[in-house]
Amino acid sequence: MTSTNFAYLSNYCIYSAMVLFTIAFFSHAVEVSFSVRNVDVKTQFDFSRTKKSGRLGSAMMILGFAFLFAGVIFRGASAHRVPWGNMYEFSITGALAFTGAYLFALWKYKIRWLGLPVSIAVLLTLGTAITVLYRPSAPLVPALKSTWLAIHVSAAIISGGVFLLANCVAATYLILDRYERDGGARPNWALKLPSLEVLDQLSYRLVAFVFPLWTFAVIAGAIWAESAWGRYWGWDPKETWAFITWVAYAAYLHARVTIGWRGRKAAWLCLFAGSTFLFNYVYVNIWGTGRHTYSGL
Amino acid sequence: MSSIPDLDSKASLRWMWRQLTSMRTALILLLLLGVAAIPGSLIPQRTQNPMKVQAYFTDNPALAQWFDRFKLFDVYSSPWFSAIYLLLFISLIGCVLPRTIEHLKAIGAKPPLTPKYLAKMEFYSVINTQNTTALDLAETWLKKRHFRIRRDSDSISAEKGYLRETGNLLFHLSLILILVGVGVGSLFGLKGEAIVSVGDRFINTPTSYDNLGFGKFQSANSLAPFALTVTDFKASYDIKTNAPTDYKLAVAVANPVGAKPIEKVIRVNAPLTFGNTKVYLQANGYSPMVTVRDLSGNITFQGAVVFLPQDGNLTSIGAIKVPDMQPQLGFVSSFIPTFDRSPTRGAFSAYPEVLDPRLLVSVWTGNLGLDNGRPQSVYRIDTSKMQRIGLKTLKLGEKYNFSEGSITFEGWKPWVNLQIVDDPGKMYSLFGAIFAILGLLISLFARQRRIWIKVGNSVEVAGLAKNSIPGLEPEIAELKTALEGSKQ
Repeated sequence: MTSTNFAYLSNYCIYSAMVLFTIAFFSHAVEVSFSVRNVDVKTQFDFSRTKKSGRLGSAMMILGFAFLFAGVIFRGASAHRVPWGNMYEFSITGALAFTGAYLFALWKYKIRWLGLPVSIAVLLTLGTAITVLYRPSAPLVPALKSTWLAIHVSAAIISGGVFLLANCVAATYLILDRYERDGGARPNWALKLPSLEVLDQLSYRLVAFVFPLWTFAVIAGAIWAESAWGRYWGWDPKETWAFITWVAYAAYLHARVTIGWRGRKAAWLCLFAGSTFLFNYVYVNIWGTGRHTYSGL
Repeated sequence: MSSIPDLDSKASLRWMWRQLTSMRTALILLLLLGVAAIPGSLIPQRTQNPMKVQAYFTDNPALAQWFDRFKLFDVYSSPWFSAIYLLLFISLIGCVLPRTIEHLKAIGAKPPLTPKYLAKMEFYSVINTQNTTALDLAETWLKKRHFRIRRDSDSISAEKGYLRETGNLLFHLSLILILVGVGVGSLFGLKGEAIVSVGDRFINTPTSYDNLGFGKFQSANSLAPFALTVTDFKASYDIKTNAPTDYKLAVAVANPVGAKPIEKVIRVNAPLTFGNTKVYLQANGYSPMVTVRDLSGNITFQGAVVFLPQDGNLTSIGAIKVPDMQPQLGFVSSFIPTFDRSPTRGAFSAYPEVLDPRLLVSVWTGNLGLDNGRPQSVYRIDTSKMQRIGLKTLKLGEKYNFSEGSITFEGWKPWVNLQIVDDPGKMYSLFGAIFAILGLLISLFARQRRIWIKVGNSVEVAGLAKNSIPGLEPEIAELKTALEGSKQ
């Protein structure tokens, strides 16, 4: 197959994945909103009648993940390289890592309820990628031709996916915390979600699990920078924000483990740390200056 | 927080030290460090983009003055940024060193005594088994799993996972090593740049550099004694997108100067190494070659002039200065590797390789202003005391006659910008980084926990997991099964 064929195939896969994630989104929405039969009698709940819808959502998520995975692989095949050369490719791989992190957590912690925010976030990412960020498949510029590209970028993307998932959990925590504060009750749609304590633990686990990987991503970047640019650290905007993210998550881990922060405060700190990562990705790539911005995003 | 004690200097010093090394202070400093790093990514920095800083001063003089007062153009070397990270590291050392000593003392030590009331601990349960053999069985079971054991007459206290603290300390000590590496690099390192045209030789002495910066304790005669000649430079481009696909720089290296030259290749991700010194290929461009003659036909200037690329297709601008004529001549010029023209953009380059070159010159006569002692850019001409006498687009080999003489566009040469860096501290930082990752992995994945067994009227078992890490409950359940299995 020629390069162009692979590029088209990749695009079809991405579009198909988007359709699947849309179905997943609606399935999860149905599961959440119709699970309670009688709204007036709040003591009797029936979750069984939307179980199928939830299962369908999960199936669509898995299928969407498979198509997205194929899309990323074909994109790489079309350019004969790892598919991490521009922002479109970072975005589709980031969405893949994010979905992957969700599916892993789904299998390990039974968190199907997260499917709703995850599917909408993935849809938005892919939609932005294919409309705004899309660039034709092309070879890499010389600065990116290095084995470190695969190592540094994959570590950064996977970390990003897990950080964002932790952010979703922390945000859910804060929303539910608002309802439950002062002895209030959860709204109907949130009845199936886990307790605040579980959410709190889950976001911590995700961060603690991926923090070493993020550290590795930063260090791999530094080693690469030494061989490409002549210095391992130069306070380039991307490096600066990677450092800020690292410091923020380090503070989060210390706050939890050593000082014993839990709940609201910890969730806010987690959200802050995650948003520094997002800021780095969006702001520095698009409006920033420095060596991490390559022409045409 | 404790209140400030009386003005006893020793006590207040101790109080301050305790505050500084407290976890709360460290956490605040850590967050502060993150926040303090932000302005440097939003405001242009002298170390990265001096031109942009200069532009800031011209566009916004009042604001720039205030920014400069607070060192906002040099954030990462500013006193306030340094203060934060130095305090943080002092706090870190003050916290980690005592813990390291404690930890070293604990090597080979027995676990602490079994608590009096096990019922208060986690996963407490009473086992239905024979009292006499329970402790022996438990000891064998725990030993097999490499627990440290303290056996007393009626109890066993076992602990596992000392490695967690080892990893934790290794991580924090490694951060200090990284900082040492950064310090060594900035005190003993050097960094410089030089533009070298194809065919030219670069000898590694301070005068060969266009700019060169030394660390505080590094002297000029410490440069590695090599010389290199640029024999060829080849840039390849993608014909569809005009984006570069490969840069290959061939050099003949003599190390030391005068030795037999060896052929080497430098690429963007593959620098040339001389011990601690590395030579990087950073940028490239074109130097048009011209000959300038006066009215009687004498050559007043001949050679290649380095031009600066302005876009991806290497449209380049530069200045050809001829100070040895009366009056002086200056050519404000553009070099276009592959000529094209459009009504909106005028003349521009359509491809970064030289396929159909043009040299655009605007000829100025008068005073170049080279004698007033002010440093001047080699790429620009101060035309304030000059007058324009001609304008021409030259093809390759073409000659242009104007009222004071003539200029001939003879050809071109590629040039490369070499960056030469000596950083003797980077190995410390690298090892620091590797140990930091190792320490982090160990501390996050090693589970520290204690298990106690007590024999009295009944057999009691309980445990405690540090930071309530999961996994202890099934472990204790397993121990229980092992103990109960012996009942028969």
